Amino acid sequence: MLELRSLDAGYGSFQALFGINLDVKAGEAVGVIGPNGAGKTTLMRVISGLIRPGKGTITMEGRDVVATPSHRIVDLGIAHVPENRRLFPRLTVDDNLKMGAYMPGARAKYAERLEFVFDLFPRMKERRSQMAGTMSGGEQQMCAIGRALMSDPKLLLLDEPSAGLAPVVVQQVFELVKRIRSGGLTVLIVEQNVQQVLKVVDRAYLLEAGTIRASGTSEEMMKTDTIKQAYLGV
Amino acid sequence: MQAFLDIFDIYLLEAVVNGILLGGVLALLALGLNLIFGVIDVTWICYAELVMIGMYGMYYMVQVFGLPYWVAAPFAILLVAALGAALHYIVIAPLLTAPPINQLLATGGVLFILQSFATVAFGIDFRNLGIRLPVLAIGEMHFSYSRLLAFIAALLGMLAVYFFMTRTYTGTAIRAISQDRQIMSLMGVDTKRIYLITSALGGALAGLAACLLVLQYDVHPFVGLSFGPITFLICVLGGLGNFVGGFIAAFVFAEIISLGGLFSDLEWGYVLAFAFFIVMMFIRPAGLLARRS
Amino acid sequence: MNSRHAAWGIGLAALIALPFVYRDPYHLHILVLILIWSFAYTAWSIMGRFGLVSLGHGGFMGVGAYITALLWNHLGVSPWIGIPVSMVAAGILALIVAYPCFRFRITGHYFVLVTLALSGIVLQVITATRDYTGGSLGYTPNRAPSGHGLMALQFDDKTTWYLIALAVWVLGLLIWRWVDRSMSRYAMEAISEDEDAAAAAGVNVTAEKLKITLISALMTALAGALYCQYQMFISPDTVSGIAVSLQMVFAVIVGGLYVSLGPTVGAVITILLAEVLRIGFGTKAVGWDNLVYGVLLVIFIIFLPKGILGSVLDRLKTQPKPSGSK
Repeated sequence: MLELRSLDAGYGSFQALFGINLDVKAGEAVGVIGPNGAGKTTLMRVISGLIRPGKGTITMEGRDVVATPSHRIVDLGIAHVPENRRLFPRLTVDDNLKMGAYMPGARAKYAERLEFVFDLFPRMKERRSQMAGTMSGGEQQMCAIGRALMSDPKLLLLDEPSAGLAPVVVQQVFELVKRIRSGGLTVLIVEQNVQQVLKVVDRAYLLEAGTIRASGTSEEMMKTDTIKQAYLGV
Repeated sequence: MQAFLDIFDIYLLEAVVNGILLGGVLALLALGLNLIFGVIDVTWICYAELVMIGMYGMYYMVQVFGLPYWVAAPFAILLVAALGAALHYIVIAPLLTAPPINQLLATGGVLFILQSFATVAFGIDFRNLGIRLPVLAIGEMHFSYSRLLAFIAALLGMLAVYFFMTRTYTGTAIRAISQDRQIMSLMGVDTKRIYLITSALGGALAGLAACLLVLQYDVHPFVGLSFGPITFLICVLGGLGNFVGGFIAAFVFAEIISLGGLFSDLEWGYVLAFAFFIVMMFIRPAGLLARRS
Repeated sequence: MNSRHAAWGIGLAALIALPFVYRDPYHLHILVLILIWSFAYTAWSIMGRFGLVSLGHGGFMGVGAYITALLWNHLGVSPWIGIPVSMVAAGILALIVAYPCFRFRITGHYFVLVTLALSGIVLQVITATRDYTGGSLGYTPNRAPSGHGLMALQFDDKTTWYLIALAVWVLGLLIWRWVDRSMSRYAMEAISEDEDAAAAAGVNVTAEKLKITLISALMTALAGALYCQYQMFISPDTVSGIAVSLQMVFAVIVGGLYVSLGPTVGAVITILLAEVLRIGFGTKAVGWDNLVYGVLLVIFIIFLPKGILGSVLDRLKTQPKPSGSK
């Protein structure tokens, strides 16, 4: 579904990613793990078009992502839940969800999508007229995921969904990810919480200093010595 | 009760009501400026000059081409909306990444251009529509229909903007964009397009104001100077980009101008408004509604 | 450094000698205007270079010009007294508006709009008091009886005016240099970079800003009064209001904000341009000159935001990094 080939990216003169090759197949959940500053967020941003790559190609179902204007990438079926959620704090939950369905294709399915999101997060239905910025961190994360789902994406990019949340809430968020992917959605997830994320995904890539150091199924990754020592603490 | 009425001199009451009526149009202008500032983060110094062009548009359509007022008004609104969009496309868009002061000054240059364009194209004579609306008499008080009409139309215009902002996808995007500019593309929003729509909307509000003001005032190339500064004061006092603050401040200023004008010329009303503004800066430096925004 | 002093000395001597060698009255007239406006633009840049973008200077100029002329016409007060009085008035006005702005950190767009309103209001007052000021029709100081020219600061002779304007212009550059050199400059730089840090370092931010504003307003009022005395005619549009404020900012931007001669270069360019346009279009086409002028300014801001002198100096790399980010 998603293919990245020898991708370079960065900010100005600072290069954050070097020759990334990455694949996500339809129906898969794929994780990208690695330390802080490894370029995980950059990777997500370059896929969703928030920053444009220096070199290399990105294709989504055979279509060229790099050549697509950033505001059209969501139309290719890619929805990005950004780091720190980035809700519109002074808009209501309803309006935040509405923004997720901004694209003409999504507007037509608005009612249907809204029902889907409210089914998934009944809490959002209760909070629909509340300002998004006044909700708890966990609720905001639900709202952010809900907003991304409003566009009826094929591929969901999740950037550190557990960051800054209480441990109990982190558990809930990963439960949610499981439910979302059981609905057939393809997920690419970036996480520092390696232990948790490896339980959710089928395959994972290890990103360090802007390059991919290792990749494999979750079981393989969990058995890899370097990952065991550095990220799993065993 | 009688004593109370005695305190409320009939002329005073008339001035108060006229102030409210004036406030409607000022609020309309403040809304347009706040909208543009809130979304694009620039201040159009030439905003009142857009109104001036709209007033000339009305004058030509009504007086020269003989169109009825009601037919001319939508065209004037469209004209100024197009002008607003053009202003953004030609002047602001190339300067979006420039220091804010350059954007501000460029619109100042446009102020020059519009004033001198009007001088060249229309001459410096004072012109009016030649429409005299009757005066409404309530007891001993007199209110001109043109002001009543302006007030009602301004409120309707603001209501329309309110519904546009809350009910439509584009309106929601306009409200969202000032809260997080960078992620708009993730929503599939083309920020450039939103900027252009906002500029056109800001222009349309100036156009509506022009249609209403031309009923009350003569138009000449420098007419913008009469209500430009007061609009800026309103926006600063209400908090730039704060719609509610601008709305309230517009009525406060309109009352001051109207009551100040009761005692002498209208210009002194402006002076009084400025003095009030300076005092308010000492009392509530962050604007009228600082706590709430 | 010595050669630089020498260059200044030679340049100044040449400027002083000029009217005794070259006597074309029209050219001298243009030079006087350039010198007076250069002084006003220099005054503006003293504030502007520290990020205090004021559009209220049209107001200060109007106060300087009108109070001087009104005192002379109505009370017979000599401009020698009237000018200081008008300067004090402009200074007080500046402090009244600037104090709350600086005290409560009204900066950026807000400061621009507040000062913009100030010049608009001064224009309104001049128009409102039309019984005294002649309103928008303009105002002419009474002619002094012959032999009292010095007392009334009225001279028919262009050379005298040229020398006065030259002296004032040099004074302006000296003040610019003094502000540039004085301690307050470092404070101001710290302020325009980071107000909180400056305050934490013990700089009284408000006081420093007020000082600069006061100096700038006093100079601008003086420029207005001199302009009035020289032209013997003022109108609200030529010495006050938003247009005059914008004209000052544009000239400084055109010339360059961070060099002492920038405002002067800006004055030379903008006044010559306006003059060429005015003559080129003639009196039949009123407004065309301003139209072209406005278009050129907008183009200029879009394509050459650093100013002509600033850009040239940048290229020559003789100029240290511009201070004060905006």
